[in-house]
Amino acid sequence: MKKRVVSLALALSMVAGLTACGGNPEGGNAGANGGYVAEGEEGKVINIYCWNDEFRTRVEAVYDKVDHTSEDGTITYLTDGAEIHWTINPNQDGVYQKKLDEALLNQGSAAADDKIDMFLSETDYVVKYTDAEADIAIPLTELGIDPEKDLADQYDFTKTVASDANGVQRGSTWQACPCLFVYRRDIALDTFGTDDPDEIHALCSDWDKMKSAGEELKAKGYYTFATYADTFRAYGNSISAPWVEEGSTEINVDPQIINWINDSKEWLDAGLIDSNIKGQWTDDWNKSMSSESKVFGFLLPAWGIDFVLNPNWDGEAGAWAVTDGPQAFNWGGSFVHGCVGTDNAEHVKEIMLAVTADKENLMQITKDYLDFTNTQSGMEEIANDESFGAEFLGGENPFKYFQPAASSIQMTTLSPYDQGCVELIQSSFGDYFQGQVDFDTAKANFERAIKERYPEITAVNWPE
Amino acid sequence: MKKTKSISRAKWGYICILPFFVTYFIFSFLPLVDTIRYSFYEYYRSGIRTIGPNFVGFDNYISVMGPDFFTYLKNTFILWIIGFVPQIVIALLLASWFVDARLKIRGEQFFKVVIYLPNLIMASAFAMLFFTLFSTSGPVNSILTNLGLVNGPIDFMGTPTGTRLLVALMNFLMWFGNTTIMLMAAIMGISQDVFEAASIDGCNPRQTFFHITLPLIRPILTYTLITSLIGGLQMFDVPQILTNGQGNPNRTSYTLIMWLNNLLRAPDYGRAGALSVYLFVVSGILCIFVYKMVNRDDEKKPSRRLKRN
Repeated sequence: MKKRVVSLALALSMVAGLTACGGNPEGGNAGANGGYVAEGEEGKVINIYCWNDEFRTRVEAVYDKVDHTSEDGTITYLTDGAEIHWTINPNQDGVYQKKLDEALLNQGSAAADDKIDMFLSETDYVVKYTDAEADIAIPLTELGIDPEKDLADQYDFTKTVASDANGVQRGSTWQACPCLFVYRRDIALDTFGTDDPDEIHALCSDWDKMKSAGEELKAKGYYTFATYADTFRAYGNSISAPWVEEGSTEINVDPQIINWINDSKEWLDAGLIDSNIKGQWTDDWNKSMSSESKVFGFLLPAWGIDFVLNPNWDGEAGAWAVTDGPQAFNWGGSFVHGCVGTDNAEHVKEIMLAVTADKENLMQITKDYLDFTNTQSGMEEIANDESFGAEFLGGENPFKYFQPAASSIQMTTLSPYDQGCVELIQSSFGDYFQGQVDFDTAKANFERAIKERYPEITAVNWPE
Repeated sequence: MKKTKSISRAKWGYICILPFFVTYFIFSFLPLVDTIRYSFYEYYRSGIRTIGPNFVGFDNYISVMGPDFFTYLKNTFILWIIGFVPQIVIALLLASWFVDARLKIRGEQFFKVVIYLPNLIMASAFAMLFFTLFSTSGPVNSILTNLGLVNGPIDFMGTPTGTRLLVALMNFLMWFGNTTIMLMAAIMGISQDVFEAASIDGCNPRQTFFHITLPLIRPILTYTLITSLIGGLQMFDVPQILTNGQGNPNRTSYTLIMWLNNLLRAPDYGRAGALSVYLFVVSGILCIFVYKMVNRDDEKKPSRRLKRN
């Protein structure tokens, strides 16, 4: 009897799906049946998952069917009567992925208007969603987009990143994200007597030179960078092998990461970095971009200048300038995917083409938002356009520097674990930089944290 | 006739309390059973793939019960105790002042509301507020610097002591009002005659407090201790928000529930389930321990009194 009661209880709990562990563990396997797209008429609600309003502003700017967006920014009405519903969750701490994953697990059973139609992913975890086995993101060809033809003008590395292991492209992006050194002109004039981008570049063309320039800045009371995290991407995105090899459950810490740890400690101890600012995306970090701050510069991609630096800057436009940093690297990039099971395939295709493939639209985004967009020919034109200048950068044309940087980018070392590794190595070694723990404790803390985040990880290998 | 009537009344009584039991069964009991069940399984998500559930016996229990478990348990207790001690002391003091007939504090109602107010703020919002207030470029540091009290900004959240004290301060602020009001109710429940008799016998306020008030409110004190202990064991939102889920520096403010949260975020239902079962056992043991301790004291007390008399 007792047994029967318990088994009944368990059966009930499974059926009700009310427990924390309920839900059907089905990845979107709709593709296995051959149908990526729901049959029947085009739905009226397009659900898009993303982590900020960046994509929405891009869609509003270039998608010709956009009528208007509601005041609170959650619904965009289209002229043909359809509505785009935006679901926004913050990217930090894996929140966005968690919410997206939960929704994806219910994708099979959700009503047509509740199904996700499109979602965005960031370079740090794009691999997780373009995975052929997971089969969540619709191959572009299934949507009627031919990458060879329609996306011919895109940068090659963005196409590689958005493809699964078999080379099937499952996403597209409107931006490429080469990073440059953005610096304050007034601080440059005060310290080096010049704010000319080429002369500043000569001072920071490699890390050693940058360090000696940092000493000069320090003598004047300035910091070279705001936080040790500011240089992380320069090292972390130029690793020679992925954090986790395909099919492996072991994390390999790249020697470049150790270089970052050692250099950051050295710079911090030398007083070249503000030790009060602990990581990016914090209030202190935002304040370090204000006119009161003593921070000389940041390594930022185009979106960083538009989306991070510009809103935090409270002085007059034209106070900043860009030049090549010590190392070319890519940071970020938002990929747009069609989600398996969508009932709005036509809209998905249109939006994707409008935002990521149409050169005119991309150029408009570039001019409106200073974004480095995914059109090789367009970026080349604008880089050579003497008349183009960004007001925020005092009339300087940043694409003169972005364009060559973008063409040198290679991205072959992505793994689905990147976001966790990147976030946790920074927070674990933050204690080491602040002098709270020794190197080995920080290593142990990273191992603990990463195994919590990814239960399947069995070991962490450190370089000799 | 009479008999049937009484039976039907009882039936209605059961029907009236049924909704509670049904909701409890569905929303609390079943998940509880499931949690225990999954603690014996390997069951987690890797990316968007689900691994398991595969039965693994006690593997999860063994993997959770490492040295880390005791470190986080210790953290949790330290955070709780440094918040609870000032909380109970201040609450006792305030409660006995407020109800003291001879002090006649004016605006008692007003103060009661004010000290309870922090409890109305969501803990996460409160933590967010403190995070901003005490950040290195925050208002507290600006004030201290402008007053000339410190040279550079103090890194409150950069040291284990600083972070722990902040957590304790927040818990103290949030809960001392609640405790005060509860203790006031307890003290007001004591017959005024006893206090009068004491003052006629020449008791000074301190003696009254230690020899009359304290012993007589012991049951409520016990209740406060138990609820606070269980609440403390489940401490989560304040340190989670204040330290961004990492319990930094060096995981010194990392509590057991923060660990559970991190396991669930993966989500690793197996190990999270095992940890939950451990927590269940620990709180059960604590409850029994405290309860037994207090009851034993209660039994001893009359005999002691008799002897003294």
